[in-house]
Amino acid sequence: MTRIIDHPVLGRLENRNVISFQFDGNSYQAYDGESIAAALLANGIRKLRVHEESGSPRGFYCNIGHCMECRVTVNDHSNVRACLTVVENDMIIQSGKQLPNLLKKGGQSNE
Amino acid sequence: MNDVIVIGCGPAGLSGAIACVTYGLKVTIMDEFMKPGGRLLGQLHQEPTGDWWNGIKVSEQLYQQALNLGVNIRCGVSVYNLEKEDQMWKVYTSIGTFEAPFLLLATGAAEYPIPVPGWTLPGVMSIGAAQVMTNVHRVQIGKKGIIIGANILSFAILKELQLAGITVNHVVLPEKNAFSQNAGVPEEVMKSLLNAAHLAPSPLLRFGSSFMKNNWIRKMGLTFYPKKGMKVNGTPLLLRKAAVEIIGEDQVEGVRVIDIDINGNPIPGTESTYEVDFVCIAGGLYPLAELASVAGCPFQFIPELGGHVPHHSESMETPLPGLFVAGNITGIESGKIAIAQGTIAGLSIVKHARKGNNSIDNQLQQAIQNVHSVRKQAIIKFNPDIELGRSKMNELWESLYVKNETPGKMTG
Ligand SMILES: Cc1cc2nc3c(=O)[nH]c(=O)nc-3n(C[C@H](O)[C@H](O)[C@H](O)COP(=O)(O)OP(=O)(O)OC[C@H]3O[C@@H](n4cnc5c(N)ncnc54)[C@H](O)[C@@H]3O)c2cc1C
Ligand code: FES
Repeated sequence: MTRIIDHPVLGRLENRNVISFQFDGNSYQAYDGESIAAALLANGIRKLRVHEESGSPRGFYCNIGHCMECRVTVNDHSNVRACLTVVENDMIIQSGKQLPNLLKKGGQSNE
Repeated sequence: MNDVIVIGCGPAGLSGAIACVTYGLKVTIMDEFMKPGGRLLGQLHQEPTGDWWNGIKVSEQLYQQALNLGVNIRCGVSVYNLEKEDQMWKVYTSIGTFEAPFLLLATGAAEYPIPVPGWTLPGVMSIGAAQVMTNVHRVQIGKKGIIIGANILSFAILKELQLAGITVNHVVLPEKNAFSQNAGVPEEVMKSLLNAAHLAPSPLLRFGSSFMKNNWIRKMGLTFYPKKGMKVNGTPLLLRKAAVEIIGEDQVEGVRVIDIDINGNPIPGTESTYEVDFVCIAGGLYPLAELASVAGCPFQFIPELGGHVPHHSESMETPLPGLFVAGNITGIESGKIAIAQGTIAGLSIVKHARKGNNSIDNQLQQAIQNVHSVRKQAIIKFNPDIELGRSKMNELWESLYVKNETPGKMTG
């Protein structure tokens, strides 16, 4: 995906600092201060994890922290919400793979 | 130490904090999003005057004002539990536990999901997610997509996507079922769209939905609704098609749709597939009130307010001493109303903290009046019967907490 650089009302995106991070072993670039979910989407990556039981792919859904669909592992911390977490230089991000903390969702599965 | 902790740095939380700090209270706002402004951030509507309601600008003004007055603002902090101990509220957060005698819950709203089969595929997102990605993060959500769900929020955000150059090929309804309910019934959808237009004629300007102006539609009804839909700013609104399944391998590749009759029943043999790379689901909003519930606040289901809301008075106090609410947690309305409600809650806290002068009651009354007048002028009404919802809650409050003063109520 690409950025929305020019906008008729919101104006032009100002030049921001470019940083680099890793996702599943590959290097990507992001803008300073943006969320992991936004940075990955800007790099064309929608799939943030697979469902722990079915293996079906998942991406962000609500983008504001409510649904827990965007869980990734950040510098070895698992279950981090990609839509709320600011990407940082040299951050090592891995797609969600391990068993979820089911209690976080009130014991319900995602299906 | 804090006098007040505000949870939620949206319009309600910010204006509440500003009112408190103006009277010398020490205030901290916590919010889990990385930027202040809450859901105001993504909002971009054109006013009847032609001016833009630019949520980013309004947020920035409120934020700067709060900062200048000395409000401590912590973004990127999630609150997950609340407890009352010795007249103090304990606020459990992702960065530790904080305490204050007064709490203002301004956690806003969340979106109802509509679990269309395939909705967990990457590329499927809520309509609000699309708004945030587009206007706040400025990242394209895809090359061409479809919106499932026709309501005031989906039209507002459709317009925003179009402004940003994102192609939305169609707006269709969800399939009629227990989740989608009336949102899957063309007749009901049409009714609520016309309702919105009737109550606020100016959405026509803002959303450019000229179809709502056409009286003949109301008369002819949906039976003759054009198969190809009516265009909303170039995007056909297909009131007689429903999404049956979202398909794709690793991400969205298309949406299977079927023709439906005016009651939402599928017409066999009419299936087709639209190729898309993103899907937005617009299921409507409900008050996000989990924290009020863990705090032990009683709730009432009021459909006109968007769902279950914590009991609260017109001055935004709850039955729990020291606990106040403002904004969409009390009912789904637009950003301007959240700002006005925040002021009430802030002044209420000032009064309970005995920091106000003699004029505080007066100011509180003015703030309450202000909400009424802002509501009357509101361009966006999520529920046409909002006033009814508000009076239901007021009556409930009067009957439960005013006639028979509960012992604990006056403290805090
Ligand atoms: C997705 C979405 C899109 C919307 N679009 C529009 C629109 O286009 N036009 C319009 O008029 N209205 C829109 N609304 C309605 C919107 O709720 C109001 O306009 C207004 O923003 C409500 O203000 P508020 O202060 O009550 O809540 P919000 O603006 O939602 O702010 C609440 C804040 O609380 C924070 N929060 C919630 N829970 C926690 C927690 N546990 N810990 C820490 N922080 C927390 C959130 O991160 C958020 O920043 C939208 C609502 C949503 C949910
Ligand atoms: S996308 Fe819903 S929590 Fe991140």
